[in-house]
Amino acid sequence: MHEFSVAQHIIEIALQSAKEHHVDHISSVEVEIGQAAGVVTEALEFAWESAVRDTALQNAALLIKEIPVSVVCRSCGMQYDPQEIFDLCPRCGDMNPDIIRGKELRVSAIIT
Amino acid sequence: MCETCGCNGSESGYILLKPAGADGQFSHTHHHEHNHKHTGNDDHHLSHGHSHDPNHMHDHGLDHQQEAGHMHDHGQDHQYDHMHDHGHDHQHDHIHDIPDTTVEQSRRIVVETDILHRNDLLAERNRGYFEGLGIVALNLVSSPGSGKTTILEKTIRDLSGQLIYVIEGDQQTTLDAQRIFSTGTPVIQVNTGNGCHLDAEMTNKAVKELNPQANSLLLIENVGNLVCPALFDLGEKYRVVIVSVTEGDDKPLKYPNMFQSSQICVINKTDLLPYVDFSMERFKNYALRVNPALFFIGLSATTGEGFENWIRWIQEQVGGNSER
Repeated sequence: MHEFSVAQHIIEIALQSAKEHHVDHISSVEVEIGQAAGVVTEALEFAWESAVRDTALQNAALLIKEIPVSVVCRSCGMQYDPQEIFDLCPRCGDMNPDIIRGKELRVSAIIT
Repeated sequence: MCETCGCNGSESGYILLKPAGADGQFSHTHHHEHNHKHTGNDDHHLSHGHSHDPNHMHDHGLDHQQEAGHMHDHGQDHQYDHMHDHGHDHQHDHIHDIPDTTVEQSRRIVVETDILHRNDLLAERNRGYFEGLGIVALNLVSSPGSGKTTILEKTIRDLSGQLIYVIEGDQQTTLDAQRIFSTGTPVIQVNTGNGCHLDAEMTNKAVKELNPQANSLLLIENVGNLVCPALFDLGEKYRVVIVSVTEGDDKPLKYPNMFQSSQICVINKTDLLPYVDFSMERFKNYALRVNPALFFIGLSATTGEGFENWIRWIQEQVGGNSER
């Protein structure tokens, strides 16, 4: 359940940002989670519920935007969106993917 | 609650343990991260629904002129300092001018910060420290039962002239650390409690306790888990994923993040290949699909078969470091 650690990091970043912007109240936190980032969004939502307990984010919602995976084949340069991360290149059949999208783990915004 | 000292650990609490004395008993150093329950709203700008006007009015319910540190004129000379009881209670009914925050419009504040930013920063600090001292740090990750600790013991024996330090990560127990300690190698146990992985901060604290010498080898045995440790950079030079042939050859496809984030893949228990349904070719093929740059070392820590390749690879890393 590393999602609990991830949730704690999100809370820390959101609180820090609120402090910097002199914000009193956060109603929701927007995060971007790449589908190849190694975080299960359902587990993160579950972890969020317990991680926010007794913090200033107790009633804040977590808004997760999932980012689909996109890769560029290092062999032929073809860009494609694989169903699975290990799918072979549809053009040259090689297995040399460079992930250009889908590894995101980012707090994008806080909503007051 | 921490089972060793009874202090109140938290969900993010972890414990560092290091051997004290020759009996291998582990003493307990306190590096707990305590979760604080804030009963008030101290320190936070958040969750305050009101603010105090500095010139706000108090309705005291009593009419009196006295200030808090007021003086009484007694008409008598006292020889000693004494306290007076007032005989009345000060009733502080505060009337606050509460600004109505509900009329404030909702605002979107752009943050754009990586969630693991803090861990990554600290990992880079660890990495810089290791580089400065010429320490080669290896982060050993695997599923439980792949033979990590046995590989570690044999590695320590085979590299007898090399200065080695070990950090042992486990959720509970000091069993693995005791095995390492009995080889005479300095070792710190990090019990992660409910945590399923080591992170840069635990590594940082453990390294401070270990205080490794320059040009040494630091072997970090992560918690046995092929999922969670993949996300957390410790500051290592190389991440080594250890699998055993008894686990099945589809592991790289099931746990792509771990194989993607590792540079070296050790395939252990090759002596059991005749007895299990494990195709080395298929395994490597799957692993290369998720990480085309992965470097494989097949070995058996039990029979020693292929172990010299692993030892040679480590010696190249350590040797390359000290020549700089």
